[in-house]
Amino acid sequence: MNKQKQILISGALVCFFAAIGTGLVSITEHSTHQKIIDNEKLALMNSLFELVNKERFDNDLAEDTILIPASNLLGSKQPQIAYRARKNNQPIAIIIKATASNGYNGAIEMLVAINWNGSLSGVRVVKHKETPGLGDDIEIIKSDWIKQFELKSLNQPESKKAWHVKKDGGDFDQMTGATITPRAIVASVYNSLIYYKENRAILYQ
Amino acid sequence: MSDTQFQTIRKDGLWNNNVALVQLLGLCPLLAVTSTATNGLGLGIATLVTLVLSNGIISAIKDLMRPEIRLPVFVLIIASVVTLIELSMKAWFYDLYLVLGIFIPLIVTNCAIIGRAESFASKNSVSASLYDGLMMGLGFLVVLVLLGSVREIIGSGALFNNIELMLGQSFSFLSIQFSSDYRGFLLAILPPGAFIGLALMIAAKNLYDARTKPVTYEQT
Repeated sequence: MNKQKQILISGALVCFFAAIGTGLVSITEHSTHQKIIDNEKLALMNSLFELVNKERFDNDLAEDTILIPASNLLGSKQPQIAYRARKNNQPIAIIIKATASNGYNGAIEMLVAINWNGSLSGVRVVKHKETPGLGDDIEIIKSDWIKQFELKSLNQPESKKAWHVKKDGGDFDQMTGATITPRAIVASVYNSLIYYKENRAILYQ
Repeated sequence: MSDTQFQTIRKDGLWNNNVALVQLLGLCPLLAVTSTATNGLGLGIATLVTLVLSNGIISAIKDLMRPEIRLPVFVLIIASVVTLIELSMKAWFYDLYLVLGIFIPLIVTNCAIIGRAESFASKNSVSASLYDGLMMGLGFLVVLVLLGSVREIIGSGALFNNIELMLGQSFSFLSIQFSSDYRGFLLAILPPGAFIGLALMIAAKNLYDARTKPVTYEQT
């Protein structure tokens, strides 16, 4: 009997601490929930403003979104949210997510901002696993490499052949010691532009 | 609490029983994040805070504890503390969270924290346990920053790169670029560099200890 009582006390103690621990975490989660959502939204907006200058549009990007179905050109397997910038209800630019699945070390996720006329407003890599010190120059924080896409479009450079890294006879710089990473990004950005060209009409609906 | 005990705690934490160099605990997060000095500092601070809090709480409830349930309760407390830190950072220091966020859950896997709970906090007073957490945390932090600095300098020819993202613009003076045309030595940044760097640090410590007190060898 005594042994049983000991076990019950131990069990009760564990329950007690579990309840306190869970309670504290839930209270904190509850009281920080809204603040965290606001922070995440603000951070997302700031990253979008980097791609499309704040002064170019007057709508709320977070509200004006469209769900884009999965597409091979975008490398997406699930529908993804795209953000639309407008001024006086006229389309200005759209920010879509593109995934280059053929990076050196798995998928490279990026945001591609395309102006209404089909030129690039900007590209940013948001997630990747490329080699530190070699492939990670694709991050804006490490190098300006990704900025070379600005204002490029399907007509600029003109031919499809030019939409390659220099090593493959194209127009885009690669980085020393890393060719596969920039190659994957150039191809993915090109495909995003193709996707935009084919779907522009419905993207702003 | 006597001064000598606090002195012993300080020496143990910083040198004689250093978490990373002697106990060899918490190596998984240590080796993973020390590719730069900034990352090392970030994980060091987060681990330090966790260690102080968990040591304090566990020491405060040690009289309620029973031996057969102590480990699950320690794990529960540590996991709760880490989650609270993560949520608070997300709510009030979001920029810092973006830099450190990925390291926070790693702290739960740091055996040093449950190790101190088990071997120190559950047997000593609250004040001694808080101090032990602080000193063990500092010892760990120093190793993280040193290893991060060495790997960053050798690997990319810079030091405290991106520190302003963590501590704010006023600390950007810490960031040094030694040479603009240094191509970097990739090995130092990749995981093998972490093992080699840590091994060299442990060797250097042992060498120093052997030189200064050649006879006594303390088994820890």
